[in-house]
Amino acid sequence: MNKNLLNTSSLPYCKGCGHDIIAKQSIKALESLGYLPLDVIFVTDIGCHGIIDKCLNTHTVHGLHGRSPALGAGVSFGIDNPDKKIIVFIGDGGATIGLQHIMEAARLNLNMTVVLHNNYLYGMTGGQTSGLTPKGFATTTSNEGNPFSGYDICQLSHTAGASYTSRVIGIGDITDDFVKAFKIKGFSLIEVVEICPSYGVKLNPKRKLAEIVESSGRKTGVWINKKPAYKLHNNKNTDDLISKLPVINDNFEHSLTKPTSIVLSGSAGEGLQLAATVLAKSGIKSGLDVTQKGSYPVTVGVGFSTAEINLSPKTIYFHGINIPDIVIITSKDGLNHNLKRINKMEKGILFIDSSLDSPTTKAEIIKYDFRSLGAKNAALASVLFFAKKTNIINYKAIFNIIEEEKIDKKVPIDKIKKELHI
Amino acid sequence: MQEKDNNKNVLIDGSRLIIESLARAGADTFIGYPITPANLLYSYGRQRMSTMLSAPDEITTVQWMAGLASTGKIPVTATSFPGFALMIESINMAYMMELPMVIVLVQRLGPATGTATCGAQGDLMLLNGMISGGHPSPVLATSNFKDCWELSEKAVNIAVKYRTPVVLLTSKEEVMTQKSFNLNDLKNIKTVEKEYFDKDCVYKPYSNKTMVPEFLSLNQNKHQIRINASTHDQFGILQHSTEDALNNTIRLENKINNIINEYSFFEYDKQEGANKLIVSYGITSAAAIDAVNKLRKTGSKVNLLIAKTLIPLSAKYKDIIEKYQKVIFVEESINNQLGRLIFGIDRPKNMKFVGGIGKMITPEKIIKEVENE
Repeated sequence: MNKNLLNTSSLPYCKGCGHDIIAKQSIKALESLGYLPLDVIFVTDIGCHGIIDKCLNTHTVHGLHGRSPALGAGVSFGIDNPDKKIIVFIGDGGATIGLQHIMEAARLNLNMTVVLHNNYLYGMTGGQTSGLTPKGFATTTSNEGNPFSGYDICQLSHTAGASYTSRVIGIGDITDDFVKAFKIKGFSLIEVVEICPSYGVKLNPKRKLAEIVESSGRKTGVWINKKPAYKLHNNKNTDDLISKLPVINDNFEHSLTKPTSIVLSGSAGEGLQLAATVLAKSGIKSGLDVTQKGSYPVTVGVGFSTAEINLSPKTIYFHGINIPDIVIITSKDGLNHNLKRINKMEKGILFIDSSLDSPTTKAEIIKYDFRSLGAKNAALASVLFFAKKTNIINYKAIFNIIEEEKIDKKVPIDKIKKELHI
Repeated sequence: MQEKDNNKNVLIDGSRLIIESLARAGADTFIGYPITPANLLYSYGRQRMSTMLSAPDEITTVQWMAGLASTGKIPVTATSFPGFALMIESINMAYMMELPMVIVLVQRLGPATGTATCGAQGDLMLLNGMISGGHPSPVLATSNFKDCWELSEKAVNIAVKYRTPVVLLTSKEEVMTQKSFNLNDLKNIKTVEKEYFDKDCVYKPYSNKTMVPEFLSLNQNKHQIRINASTHDQFGILQHSTEDALNNTIRLENKINNIINEYSFFEYDKQEGANKLIVSYGITSAAAIDAVNKLRKTGSKVNLLIAKTLIPLSAKYKDIIEKYQKVIFVEESINNQLGRLIFGIDRPKNMKFVGGIGKMITPEKIIKEVENE
């Protein structure tokens, strides 16, 4: 097997480009660590650095601009082998658009190394300013020098949680710097600063890399977090979502001859959706076809809570409810949320807590003091009251569900039974 | 009432059926980013998949999925338009790289963030045009719980057998509404068989010998693998516009169009003598079925076509539609996206549309249009 990770010594970079140094010396570092070509997965993206793929004998994954750290992270999650090495190549432009991906990989301390080719501008697209361009550095979009400081990617990587972060100047032999970064278990990032010969050198004549780094307030060096490398925790006890669902036997009778739509509404946090589920399951227990859906404000814990339930002796297809047949209201929030459709009811029944004023409606109004059983019990009490009054569902079916679902431990069943005379 | 021994009735939602079916079909990884109304899928994915990861955004979600897919995993995510919009470039990447994954797209009312808790059917045209170059990318639409179960299995099958991202299109009301359901109605789900290249000769990741190139995981050490989102040749090496590379891109289009031979799903409820046809997909199919049932009870003859494979589009839809004097498309949008997909802007004069946004389309609204002479 060919042990060389590179298949050519002639790389496709401009004369004097630091990318050439990075590619050759990072490869040399990998070879010195004993990696064979197919032990290594290079993940590159769009930018001059990304044209290295064809020169490599390793696995190569070539993705979208700035996304190689996220794509490499995905590979890292899926590679269950500590002997494999994932190297992500990215430029400063890519690091700008994909900053979040670097932060996430560092935060999780994923097993991978990001090699950041920082030549302070977008070389492939015409020398524009990037998020890592230092203050005062001239680019084709900031001829007078960038008025803003660039991101300190090393500080960001280190703060996010990378095991190892380093900044080196891409001149001379930096193989050992790569060796140190590649040996790390967990996330490492090595920022190699360089000057693009096509744009950077021309627009910043006579400036030297060391001076640019220093004047931008940065230092070369190594930053270490002592922490364990990422370990994928597979969910070994995956639950079958179906087979353990409680099966509801239809051993009660109902009195429905046609589909009936019910709206149950009250205040959030008062057990309304649970009561709706109890009613829906009681419907199934009575041999009915059932649908149930809830609606509540995005804040979940405040305001109205409404449930829409369809019960039918035949198969239900369409489950939407416009003007319901029956409305059960346990609080002011519920009344306000459903007032318009209660106003439009031409028939049917409105069960409403006796503390509330009767709204305008042609539905029969039945009042009851549901809240006297406690706000949190009002919804369940209202469902039982509805069953007792209409006999659509036998209230015993509801009690049966309450027992099966073990809700009877949470609500004062005896008190409710006594109050409702059932 | 006697207990029916053959029934296993439960109260269940479509999200649960989708995730369980995807898992049984072979999906093993769920990548989640929260978004209403897809959160139930995230919750079930966490419980059910052997690998579950919480991504920091939807771009990362699909990037992680692509990386995992390249190591042999079958990843799944669920989202709604705002998240899906962020995913599109990365879905293009996975499409070009030919990596399997399933994205459950739960439609909600747009544009933009629109109304998170309101269902809709407004994303079909987006799906039809989301791959640069106009290439088709598979989309299956669920219209009932049976579809949630069976089309999810098919989505995994297509993703793996055709090495492609697949969108399972649904909507808020389908995945969040609970219904009584007999578990005995669920058919057995087969786990998809992953086939890997196992020859000794040089591996071409994008070989043109077959419509779908053989797959190899980055986890193996025998062959070099090149995965590439840029225009590339059979070896996966970036090319500008060589004949080999352009043929590879053309193969991608042909590959997906080929799916229709094996995965053309639709329901056609046909009664002899009917000259009116209702065409629907997704959530509005339930209202359409009710409308058809009610119309037939009154002696009115009307047929129903429920489309399930939406992309690539089956030529059968047009063949069926053209047999009728009046065709009524039903969709929770204001612009008849399925009609546009089938006929473009040159829509036949006998094509009517029952649409709307913000609330579910009722059977009565459909009946009114069917009876409107």
